[in-house]
This record gives sequence, structure tokens and C-alpha cells, in this order.
Amino acid sequence: MSLLFTNARLIDPEAGEKRGALLVENGRITAVIESGELPQAAQVIDCRGHCLAPGIVDLGVKVSEPGERHKESFASAGRAAAAGGVTTIVTRPDTLPAIDTPETLEFVVRRAREDSPVRMLPMAALTKGREGREMTEIGFLKDAGAVAFTDCDRVVTDTKVFSRALTYARSLGALVMAHVQEPGLSNGAVVTSGKFASLRGLPGVSPMAERMALDRDIALLEMTGARYHADQITTARALPALERAKNNGLDITAGVSVHHLTLNELDVADYRSFFKLKPPLRSEDDRQAVGEALASGLIDILCSMHTPQDEESKRLPFEEAASGAVGLETLLPASMRLVHGGVIDLPGLFRALSLNPSRRLGLETGRLSKGAPADLVWFDPDAPFVLDRATLRSKSRNTPFDGARLEGKVLGTWVAGRSVTETR
Amino acid sequence: MTFRARHLLGIEPLHPTEITELLDTAQSYAELNRQGRAPRDVLAGLTQINMFFENSTRTQASFEIAGKRLGADVMNMAMQASSVKKGETLIDTALTLNAMRPDLLVVRHPNSGAVDLLAQKVNCSVLNAGDGRHEHPTQALLDGLTIRRAKGRLHRLSIAICGDIAHSRVARSNIMLLGKMENRIRLIAPPTLMPSGVAEFGVEVFDDMVEGLKDVDVVMMLRLQKERMDGGFIPSEREYFHRYGLDAAKLAHAKPDAIVMHPGPMNRGVEIDGTIADDINRSVIQEQVEMGVAVRMAAMDLLARNARMARQETGVMA
Repeated sequence: MSLLFTNARLIDPEAGEKRGALLVENGRITAVIESGELPQAAQVIDCRGHCLAPGIVDLGVKVSEPGERHKESFASAGRAAAAGGVTTIVTRPDTLPAIDTPETLEFVVRRAREDSPVRMLPMAALTKGREGREMTEIGFLKDAGAVAFTDCDRVVTDTKVFSRALTYARSLGALVMAHVQEPGLSNGAVVTSGKFASLRGLPGVSPMAERMALDRDIALLEMTGARYHADQITTARALPALERAKNNGLDITAGVSVHHLTLNELDVADYRSFFKLKPPLRSEDDRQAVGEALASGLIDILCSMHTPQDEESKRLPFEEAASGAVGLETLLPASMRLVHGGVIDLPGLFRALSLNPSRRLGLETGRLSKGAPADLVWFDPDAPFVLDRATLRSKSRNTPFDGARLEGKVLGTWVAGRSVTETR
Repeated sequence: MTFRARHLLGIEPLHPTEITELLDTAQSYAELNRQGRAPRDVLAGLTQINMFFENSTRTQASFEIAGKRLGADVMNMAMQASSVKKGETLIDTALTLNAMRPDLLVVRHPNSGAVDLLAQKVNCSVLNAGDGRHEHPTQALLDGLTIRRAKGRLHRLSIAICGDIAHSRVARSNIMLLGKMENRIRLIAPPTLMPSGVAEFGVEVFDDMVEGLKDVDVVMMLRLQKERMDGGFIPSEREYFHRYGLDAAKLAHAKPDAIVMHPGPMNRGVEIDGTIADDINRSVIQEQVEMGVAVRMAAMDLLARNARMARQETGVMA
């Protein structure tokens, strides 16, 4: 089975942008044709001059199976991903119960295989029950397919436990992902401290809490030499520490969610709980600094931090409402704000969305070169639309972009050369 | 601009002329109250429900008396004891009460923004009687009225607000109101009880009482919550009283005719010396309580008028 994409703007995160065609055979890219005669193929797709890029690898997606399937299932998350150009979902273990044994990991792998149209790779908990006391069976879990280890938004406060887990993970070459918020400072806080928090009378956390946690983790990396990824770096103050750690040769990468790059603390406005995130939205200065860090490559990975919450858990007073936002379907169009705003170019964006997460997890995906898996997203970068949350495929529709004007529409998604685009 | 809003949720959205209208109306009710001639027909036939999700004796009593003086049917609901305990959400509670068709809903809630959320779900007028650390608009209005009566004006005064500003909705609403009326505001508190970003509020910030009280016309003390006293935010009660409690020596740095205010209930010997609180030449604390009833009568009267007008405009008869 061969598939030929013609007349495309090819967004190659490694080599830049070019015009041309792409040949796919047996699920892999077999030729990138910039000029000359086009080969024959069983199926030809005219990209009409729009973009063709490697599919997004979304690191840190919450699928609410097991435990809260009414919020999101593998079927609904998979459909949302396909609609959003996400070809690989890397799932979080903060489910009920947590994914902390090979048995529960096998359950989610099987459920995903049955129901998800896109690739699904699971992460597992770093400590049992995500309680920060005893490490999980990192070896067994890795053998069962866990691509990284994380307690998600819970920080392992006991440095002895954390340093041992890092040391043990290092011996297996396992990647550890950590949330960077000094919990003593952030406990009880729902927004970033400052004028807005004070005006609204909401408990705030200093942006310094992020740098403090990152500083601690960097010290532990120097001690243990572990492979480490900071899930979300959202403040300017944390950036110099990250840069120094990278320059010192530590095996560290960092991510950021698209929400922290496109929204700021003022979007909470009159207590809009769909804008309640973890960590909380930051000041405009921080938002801009983090955008520049993504463009320069200091921050490696851009993700959605997809966190489904049902209406009941959001329709509460702000302090009591649940945190998090869905993002699988809005990741690409929201990220295009950075491109249209001149912060980053398209190859740079797809380094952060596709190539860097693939590299960090040791995957072959995320590339648009010969031999790479044909995980592709075809999109019109300029098509404008107003997002209506009722149209989202996710079971939960807690998006902060309801009613937002966005530019960038996904026209088609392929996983291993097979179309997963829903027709509706 | 006249006060035409459906709810009174905070001082922040009010225009200075709306504040003045509310205070003028309250002033006339204050006079009528003293003469014992409050008109019983103003809210006649209307149902007022006081929903207090947080304990309050004074504010609830004040709203109850205000409603009854104007002829409303007043009902008190202690929300802590009722359905909230059974797991009902705030919105469901609001919808249930709304179905009983009250005209005025007076709400206090421990979470900032909770009263706004509730107001979005009901058809009647909502009065915020305090939401978390956010706003307590009738307290700021009664403070404004008390100052205006004592000083003859509510502009170009130097006003100090002292104490636990970080956790105080009274402070927030007063900063809004006094700022809108163009007064100089000085905030005095230990840095641990000062809200973050406070320098951007258009106020002067002090951590020393003597410096902060220099030549002010009004000294507004705030209550220090018991749970903040031991080690968490300040070292101890006695150190707090020594450094931030209002006594004669500190008050001597204010203008000789400066008035002393407190929203109550007071902790004598913690934030204020008992003799200052009782000094009839300086303290207007009892007058604040009296003005509280007048301000709440005015607020409910104006909201009821607005609701009537809105109904007439849309042609819906209730």
C-alpha cells in the first residue's frame, strides 16, 4: 500500500521548510521529493499547498481510565487526538488507582490498543500510589512498556526517597518526569501571587516556588546523574537555572503547556474555573519569557497537559474547583498563535511538538525524513475559526479556548500511513 | 450615572456617583431611623433570604433589621447546618432557593467569588455580605458613610487601614471605595499580613505604625483572626499588640481630630486598646454599627427599585 502526498509545504523539524511531495510505503516515509517526476502510488492526496508535518507527540496526557471513564476514555481521547493532529499520546499515571504496578500498566496498554486510533505510550508512577514514600517496580514497569516515570502533579518531598528513585531509574536508563513546585509554598494556592490574586482575594503562590523546586531537582541530578524532564517550566525566574544545568551537561529537558504560552493570569477574570490550572497561569512577563525560551530551544517540549474534568468539578467556587484543561484538539491551533505572533517558526514549533518529545523518549517518530514512521498531520495554518467547546471530541469539554478565535485547522491525520481522520 | 445594577456584589464595578447615590439614600434612612419613622412599605411583600455559609452574628442581624424595618419578609438560613453538609453544591442550593422566588438574596460565603457564581444562577437581586477575602461592599459603604458624617466629606482625606490586610475583604472593599472617592490611602501591616502586589494598588504601604499614622484623618483598624495569631503570620499576640495595636501613644501621631474605626468584632488588647475603642471623642465604632443598618436599607431599597424598573421595561409582571 503506497500513499503519495503532493503539493505540500513540508514542515521538517530537522531540515526546515520546503515544498514538495512525500511518498509513504508500508507505514513509513520512503521518499521526500522536492522536484522532478512524481512516483506512482495507490493513493494520491493533494495537500493544496497546505502544511504536512510529523504528527504531534503529546507528553503528559491524562486519560481518565481506570477510575473516571466518564471524564475521558481511550476511545474519546484517541478521537480527540486524531482530530488535533496528535499521533502519539503519552499518558499520565495519575488515574484511580495510580498506574504503579505492571498489572495496571498492562490494563491501560490493552485498553488503548483496543480503543485508541492513535499510538498510546504509558508513563508509570515513580512511587507507589504516588505517595512519595516507596519507589515503584521501575524495572518491571519499564519492561511492560512504561516510557517514563512520574508522580504527576505531586512532588516527592522526601529528598531521600526522590534521590534513591532517581539513582535506581538511572541504572535502568529510565526517564523521570517531575512537577516543579515547592509544595510548602504552593499549598492551598490557586493563582499566582501578585496584584491580580490580591484583587480577587484568591490565595496565591509566588512564582519563586517553581525555581526553588527546580533548583532542588538540579542538585539531585548532579548527585545521581539521572535522566530528568521538568514537566512544565512557566516562569522567567526558573530559566537561568535550567540553562546552567544544561550547560553543565546534566541530562535535563523541560516542557511547557500551550496554555501557559497563550494565556496569562488575568484570563481568570471573574473567577473562571476553566482557567484554573496547575501550575497556575502566570504574569504576562513570564508568558513572554517562556515563549522565547521555547523558541530558543531552552525549553524543549510543548504539550497540552490534557486534563479532563467534568462540569460538576468545575462549576464550583474557584478555590474549590478542580484544576486542569483539556487540550488534545486545541494544542495545534493554540500553538499557531505563537507562529502567527512571530515567536517561533513552523519547523521550530514542530521540534517542540513532535521531534523533541520523540527524541527524549527514544522514538523513531517526530521526523519527516526517509525511513521515519509515516505519522503525519496535514493542516491549514491560516484557516480561522471560532472554537465552540460543544464540538470537542473529548468527553470533558473544560477548555479555556471556548469562543476563542483561533487560526490553524487540522485537515487530516495519519498514523503509520493509515488515516485516522474522522469524517463527520 | 445612577445605581441601576441588579446585584450588589462588590465596590469594584461601582462608579463614584453610584457610591454617592447609595450613601445619600443611606443618609436619609439614618435620619429616619433615629426619628423612628422608617417607612414600612418600601419592601412590603418582598421576600429577603439571608444565606450565611459562614458564621456571622452582626452582619446577619444588621441585614435582618434593615429588611424588617422596610417591611420585607425576612428569612435566615444557616447554610452550614443544612444541605451543604449533605453534599449539595452551591449552584444546586442557589437553584433550589431561586425556585422559591425570593426577591433579595443576602449571601456570605467563605470562598472568594462564590457570591458572583451564585448571582449568575438566580433571577433575584443578590447582595454580597462577604465572600472569602474578596469583597464586603456594605461594610465599605457603611464605613464611607460614617467617615462622611464625621468629617463632612469623603474625599481628600488621609486614611490609614491597619492590620491583617492580606486576609481582609473589608480592607479590599475599602481600598476600592476610598480610592474611587479620591482619598489618600495608607496601608499599615506587618509584611506577612500585606497582600502581594499591593504597591500597584495606588496606596502607600507602611510596616511601621508611627510612620504610617502620621497626620491621618481616619484610622481604620482591622480584626486579627485568632487562627493567624500564633506563629504562622506573626510571632505572638503580645508582640502584635506592642507593634501594631492602636493605643494612645500611636494614635497621638494622627491628626488631633482623627477618628478611630473598627468593623468588629474587636479583640481588645490585640489590635486595639480598650480605652481608645471606648473614647467617645475618637471612636466612631458604635456609629458604624448604626450606619450599617441604614446602608443595608438603602442598598436593598435601590436594588428592589431597579428590579421593579427592569420588570416594567421588559413588560413582565411578577
